Amino acid sequence: MYVAVKGGEAAIANAHSWLAEERRGNPAVPEIGTDQIQEQLTLAVDRVMAEGSCYDPALAALAIKQARGDLIEAIFLLRAYRTTLPRFCATLPLDTGEMLARRRISATYKDLPGGQVLGPTFDYTHRLLDFALAAEGAVPPPAPEADPGEDTNCLRVTAMLAEEGLMAPEEVSEVEPGDVTRTPLSYPAGRALRLQNLARGDEGFLLSMAYSTQRGYGNNHPFVGEIRQGEVTVEIVPPELGFAIEIGDITVTECQMVNQFDGSRTELPQFTRGYGLVFGRTERRAMSMALVDRALRAEELGEEVAAPAQDEEFVLSHSDNVEATGFLEHLKLPHYVDFQSELETVRAMRAAAMHETMREAAE
Amino acid sequence: MSAAMQAEGYNFAYLDEGTKRMIRRALLKAVAVPGCQIPFGSREMPLPYGWGTGGIQVTASVVGPDDVLKVIDQGADDTTNAVSIRRFFARVAPGLRTTERTAEASIIQTRHRIPELPLREGQVMVYQVPQPEPLFRLEPRRAETRRLHALADYGLMQVKLYEDIARHGRVGSSYDHPVMVGGRYLMSPSPIPSFDNPKMHMSPALQLFGAGRERRLYAVPPYTDVRSLDFEDHPFVPLRANGTCALCGARDTYLDEMVTDDRGGRLFVCSDTDYCGTRQAEAVA
Repeated sequence: MYVAVKGGEAAIANAHSWLAEERRGNPAVPEIGTDQIQEQLTLAVDRVMAEGSCYDPALAALAIKQARGDLIEAIFLLRAYRTTLPRFCATLPLDTGEMLARRRISATYKDLPGGQVLGPTFDYTHRLLDFALAAEGAVPPPAPEADPGEDTNCLRVTAMLAEEGLMAPEEVSEVEPGDVTRTPLSYPAGRALRLQNLARGDEGFLLSMAYSTQRGYGNNHPFVGEIRQGEVTVEIVPPELGFAIEIGDITVTECQMVNQFDGSRTELPQFTRGYGLVFGRTERRAMSMALVDRALRAEELGEEVAAPAQDEEFVLSHSDNVEATGFLEHLKLPHYVDFQSELETVRAMRAAAMHETMREAAE
Repeated sequence: MSAAMQAEGYNFAYLDEGTKRMIRRALLKAVAVPGCQIPFGSREMPLPYGWGTGGIQVTASVVGPDDVLKVIDQGADDTTNAVSIRRFFARVAPGLRTTERTAEASIIQTRHRIPELPLREGQVMVYQVPQPEPLFRLEPRRAETRRLHALADYGLMQVKLYEDIARHGRVGSSYDHPVMVGGRYLMSPSPIPSFDNPKMHMSPALQLFGAGRERRLYAVPPYTDVRSLDFEDHPFVPLRANGTCALCGARDTYLDEMVTDDRGGRLFVCSDTDYCGTRQAEAVA
């Protein structure tokens, strides 16, 4: 008698112990510590925190270890943990103007108040494998430090343009923004929810969407007005106190893209903004987010909506990699009931078609 | 399931009570407007989207320690994902009993099938739904499909079925065949084979549908009219493989086709493992 191969508890349990063994790898090689991940795979930790929407480097490092370095799996672990956490209150808006910047660059001005600060960047490195890193032990010499100088206050580039009236003002709203993790999106979603969605969207997806606008799918002429990266203070107002208290510092990256806008019948030509703000030092995602944000403003600015990156429902409903990977990978689940129906349908259609052919041949 | 397997530090059935209440409110709305998709604040679950997060959230919101839960996937209790979901509830819902018997269950969470044994009053069917929008292949924009539902404008689907018949002589959808609920809302029955569609009509059980990734719930209350979409001259015909179950001899159940060798050998067995097992036990007795 043929016995159908179906999974059971034992099969799952065995598969998971094998997974644990694979995760550990060769036991002769020392186990990686979550502190090592947190200190030395910082950009992986940053990405997991950003897309996991949970600022906790230690948990992100643990998730990366548990996920064997699969970052989307790590993001999923962190999200599933985050969803069980209670919510006390919303923070006050972050003031990135007060940021203690480790990096701050503008592509639109050669020099500007506050100066250009490169900071610890891969930019201008030659991408040559450094075989010295394969050997253990060497701690790099400390990087030279500059005097803080007088230009400590970094005025925002977009604020400078705004002073001249060249930057379209943003709509100010005191309304508490919605929460994409608590309320389902409906369309049009509005910019606040859009930015929230993009801030946790998949980096690869955001990058490709942003790239497509640069290649002509969507009207975009962006300049990096400013990128700044550093620590900002997080403040909350506990209801029982009634005044703001600082609860900690987090590292964020902010990108303000400046885009030309041709003007309309009612408005003079001016610049418009695309905005990106992300956890950690994930600069690529901050820039991508800013480009996609600007592309999604097409309708609001009276531009033609023709490209995928300008289509709010398309972008927002496909940006989340935990959703996407879950649904894509569910194709691994058994579908034999559906497939059986398809088989019967195709067989019935073929039988009908063959019958028809034979009847015609007979005539 | 031993107590040692139970997860510490989580509320009964994983979700916090506030979330459960939010989901139950959405379910009440769904029951009040049969077949209408109700948005809800779907949470991130520790199982992946597309693997039953909607169904799991619905079950978690309606389950109590006195319930008896059955979980099936493709009609079977022992498919990997059904095992995984049943284990999840055993871990996070202390006291909850699980069963493989359709007759004993108070809640049946399912993917892709409705049990062969007719359901009774008081039972709750929870369907895992990948895509709650029946029109999505015809109109991908949910902003637009919402309008079509509001206007009960289902011409797109009628035309699609008509084109199927004109081209192939029959309707092309063999599973997830759309149904009209209470004569008002077009609804996806979830990807159950069309063979199961008639079981939804006037069912004494409460039928709840959860789509976690798409953040929608909907419901068919007991004794509700559920009609598979068709035409007068091309009535709906539920399909099954023309065969007999090799294990229990049933001729009227939905069958899985097994490939037994590389020379075209095939045999059929019931997809509903509990139904098939019960019949075999009865035959022996």
